Amino acid sequence: MTRQLARLGRAGIQSIERLGRGHLLLLNLLAGLADLALRPTLLIKQLYAVGVLSVAIVTVSGLFVGMVLSLQGYYILSRFGAEETLGVMVAASLVRELGPVVSALLFAGRAGSALTAEIGLMKATEQLAGLEMMAVNPVKRILTPRFFAGFLSMPLLAAMFSAIGVLGGYFVGVGLLGVDGGAYWSQMQANIDLHEDIFNGVIKSFVFGWVCTWIALFQGYDCLPTSEGVSRATTRTVVHSAFAVLGLDFVLTALMFGN
Amino acid sequence: MRQSRGVEITVGLFMAIGLVALFFLAMQVSNLADLSDSEGYHITAHFDNIGGLKVKAPVTMAGVTVGRVTAIDYDKETYEAVVSMTISSHYDRIPEDSFAKIFTAGLLGEKYIGLDPGGSDLFLEEGGRISMTQSSLVLEEIIGQFLFSKAQEADSGG
Repeated sequence: MTRQLARLGRAGIQSIERLGRGHLLLLNLLAGLADLALRPTLLIKQLYAVGVLSVAIVTVSGLFVGMVLSLQGYYILSRFGAEETLGVMVAASLVRELGPVVSALLFAGRAGSALTAEIGLMKATEQLAGLEMMAVNPVKRILTPRFFAGFLSMPLLAAMFSAIGVLGGYFVGVGLLGVDGGAYWSQMQANIDLHEDIFNGVIKSFVFGWVCTWIALFQGYDCLPTSEGVSRATTRTVVHSAFAVLGLDFVLTALMFGN
Repeated sequence: MRQSRGVEITVGLFMAIGLVALFFLAMQVSNLADLSDSEGYHITAHFDNIGGLKVKAPVTMAGVTVGRVTAIDYDKETYEAVVSMTISSHYDRIPEDSFAKIFTAGLLGEKYIGLDPGGSDLFLEEGGRISMTQSSLVLEEIIGQFLFSKAQEADSGG
């Protein structure tokens, strides 16, 4: 009985400790911003690794998501004779929800897992300890550029996802299914609001970029320095990021569109 | 050095494409183009019943959007709805005795306000009020009246 209680208590204490370490890491990451401003090349390199290399998967997925939305939306809307509102449906669901959320999930799978594996291996091969021995702060030198690269790339990737998705929806809806092209755009422009829809979507993607990169870096930095530890940390990154993105999406949506 | 230059160029391209996508969403997808409602003057109109009129609904003249509804209040003295509108300052020649009606776009669409110009030489200004209004058509009432009149016809005819 007492053993069970002790086990439960240990698990609770450990997860709270991990939460604390995560927040300490975040503070250190943010503290490295000043040093990062002096060395922008580090950031550019990471923007390439985190952002540019994710463009292909994000745009291709965005194209197909937009096309599927258009196809499914057309079948439902045509029953009510409301095909003209296809553009609104495609654009609203992309800009508000699917753009930020799906691109964040892809980002966690494509870039987040790579970050965790990279940092975890650096830890396992004692490169981080080596840097520390040379009086170089590994958090500032290695982790901070990656963090801000993820934070900055995410909104750009989400915007690409939504834009490509709207175009994909246009190709299927107007090109294949015969919806009026003018109505597609004009209904969209009449019903999508710059602040309410697009800015809120951008805020969402900033939040998701922040959280996904933070989780990925923390899992890498905090992993057991063994090959098994790195592999488990990589899995945890993807799982935790997906939970965090979907949960936060609900909270943000309730706050933004709830009234 | 050469390789890092290539990286810099691709990153620059990446950021440019991302910003272009954002710009595309802002300009092409959203209503930024006709959202210049920051400039304009405010008028009010009292309605018996506004139906489903909502804030931000368009105010049109001859079908052209000239402004937007900014607030909807209830006047507890006269039991009327008070609709505040911002009219773009571009459209500054709306006669004072114009007629404001609440229309529905399509059978089940959104409500909007249509203004019919009157014949006055005086034009609406900041804080002006449209006194002649026609309420929203409430579909249930119309159906009710229609059924009622049909029933009466049937009674008198039979």
